[in-house]
Amino acid sequence: MRVGDWLKQQLFHWVDDQLPSSFRAKLKALPTRQNEYGYDPFGFNRDDAKVAALIARFFHHTYFRVQSHDIARVPSGRVMLISNHSGQLPFDGIAIAGSMLYDCEQPRIVRAMIERYVQTLPFMSYLFARWGSITGTPENCRRLLEDGEAILVFPEGSRGISKPFTLRYQLQEFGLGFMRLALETKTPIVPVAVVGAEEQAPAFNIKPVAKLVGAPAFPVMPVPPFFPIFPFPTKYRIYFGEPILFDGDPDDEDEVLEEKVKVVKNEIQNMIRIGLKERKNIFW
Amino acid sequence: MAGPVRDRIVITGIAGRLGRLVARRLHRLPDVRVVGIDRRELAGRPRDIDHVRVDLRSKKARDVFRAGDVKALIHMGLMHDPRSSTEDHHSWNVQGTTRLLEACAQYGVPKVILLSSANVYGPRPDNPQFLAEDAPLMGGQSFPAIRDLIEVDMLTSSFFWKHSQCETVILRPVHILGGVKNAPSNYLRLRFVPTLLGFDPMVQVIHEDDVVEAICRALDPGVRGIFNVVGPGEVPLSTILRELGKPTIPVPHGLAKSLFGALWRGKLTSFPVPELEHIRYVCMVDGSRAISELGYRPRHTLKETIQAVQR
Repeated sequence: MRVGDWLKQQLFHWVDDQLPSSFRAKLKALPTRQNEYGYDPFGFNRDDAKVAALIARFFHHTYFRVQSHDIARVPSGRVMLISNHSGQLPFDGIAIAGSMLYDCEQPRIVRAMIERYVQTLPFMSYLFARWGSITGTPENCRRLLEDGEAILVFPEGSRGISKPFTLRYQLQEFGLGFMRLALETKTPIVPVAVVGAEEQAPAFNIKPVAKLVGAPAFPVMPVPPFFPIFPFPTKYRIYFGEPILFDGDPDDEDEVLEEKVKVVKNEIQNMIRIGLKERKNIFW
Repeated sequence: MAGPVRDRIVITGIAGRLGRLVARRLHRLPDVRVVGIDRRELAGRPRDIDHVRVDLRSKKARDVFRAGDVKALIHMGLMHDPRSSTEDHHSWNVQGTTRLLEACAQYGVPKVILLSSANVYGPRPDNPQFLAEDAPLMGGQSFPAIRDLIEVDMLTSSFFWKHSQCETVILRPVHILGGVKNAPSNYLRLRFVPTLLGFDPMVQVIHEDDVVEAICRALDPGVRGIFNVVGPGEVPLSTILRELGKPTIPVPHGLAKSLFGALWRGKLTSFPVPELEHIRYVCMVDGSRAISELGYRPRHTLKETIQAVQR
C-alpha cells in the first residue's frame, strides 16, 4: 500500500473517533448516489466528507459557537438557501453547512456553489468537490436541484465576501441567476441571515493587486496579521426564514425578476436587523 | 466480386484498433460487406473484407462509392499523431473528410457516422460538470492539435443540415480505454504516471467494446444527430490510478508545464503539453441522449473498463 493511502486511512480512523457515533450513524443513513468507488457524479465522497464534517464541527461548535434559529423551517427535498456573504473567507458557508449537519434532526449535506476560479487552485480544486461543493454554473445547479439536494447560494458573490468593513451588514447587489433557476425548477427559497461573519475580518480590498494576481479579491487588514487568514472568533447567529415558493416565468425580463429577488433580499435584511438588535456583544 | 449482392459498409481507418474491432463485428452480419479505406496495411484481414489501401483524399477513395451500393460510411480514419506537422494533419483530416462527404452526397449514401470525441469540448475550469451536445466546442482554445477534429466535427454537422436525406450521426465518446493507442490509454500504461500536484479531476472513461457497440447502434435506420457517448460512470483520476496500482509522481503544474515542454522538444514523450489540462480540469459530458435515443448502454463495469488498458 502506498504511504499516501495509509496516511489517508489513519486520518479517516482518527476522524471517525472524533465524531460522535450517533452522528456517524446519521451520516451513514444519508441517501447519496454513489458509484462502486464511492463517488457521486460531482466528486462527492462520504469518507472525505467526514473530514469536512469534523472541520465544520470545530468552527461550528468551538470557534464561532454558531447559534441557529428556526432551522426546522428548511423543508426536506430540493431547496435553495440564499444567504448574505461576508468576511473575506467563506466561513459563513462552513457555518451554514455545519448548522445543516449538526443543528438539524436529520443532517443534510449542503451543496455550495463555488467560484469557478477555485477550480484553478491546487488542492482546493478537488477537496471542495469531495466535500460536496460544485462549480457555480446554472447547469450544475439545475442538475442537483432536480436530484432533490439542498443548494447554498450567495447571490452577492465576491461583491459580498470582499466588501470593506465599512459596508458591514449592507447587502450588496444580488445576482438574478438563482431566481431564474428557482422559478424553472420550482424550488422553495429559504432566506438565511448570518450575523457575526461580517466582523470576523475587518479588511479592505485592494483591487489593483487583485487584478494583478488574477484573483477575485485581494483583502488586506489594517491590523496584524494583515492578511485575513485567521478570522476573529466572533459569535455567529444564523437565522433561517420561512421558505418562499415563487411563481413565474424564468425567462421574464430582468425587472420582473428583480422584484422577486427584492423580496428575498428584504427578508434577509430584516432578519439581519433583528439579529443585530438581539445581539449584545460581537464575541459572545 | 463473387457471392450474393450485399450492402457495403465503408470504414475509414480500418487498420486502427477500433476500426478492426468494428470491422470484425460487422463482417459477421449476413447482409453486409465491409470495405476498408486506410493507408496502412490491414494485418490478418478476413477474406470477406475488402481493403482499399489509398489516401482518403485520392480519387480511388472516391471510386469506392461510385457503384452506389454503399449503405453506410463509418468515418474513423482521422489522423491524430501529435508529432506530424499541422499542415499534414489539417490536409488529411479536413480535406479528407470534405472529399468523403462530397462523395457521400453525390452517390447518395444513406448513413454517415463520424467518430468524434468528447475532447472537442475541452477541459476548462468553468465547465459545468456535464456538457450536453449543444455546448460550445472550446477544445481548440488550449490545444491547437485538436482544432482539426473540431473542424471535422463541424463539417459533418453542417453536412447533417445540408443533406437531410442522409442520416448523419456524430458520436463523441469520452476517454476510450483498452488496447487502443490513444493518449488516455497510453497515459495509464506508463510505468510511473505523472499527475499534477493538487489536481484530481473527475473523469469519464469508456471501454473500447462499448464504443464499438455505440457505433453499431448508430447504424440502425432512423438514428441521426449528435450523441455524447459515456461509459459506466465517473471517478476521480486518482481512483483509476489506484485501481491500476500505478505509482504516481505528483508534479506542480508550473514545473510540469516546463518539464513536459522540454521532454516534448527532446522527443522524449508523446504527450504534448496542452494534454496536461486533461488531468487538471473536468471535461465530462452528459450521455443521456445516447441512452434514450440510441438505446445504448455500457456493457462493461467501471472496473473492467479501467483494467482494459492493462490487457
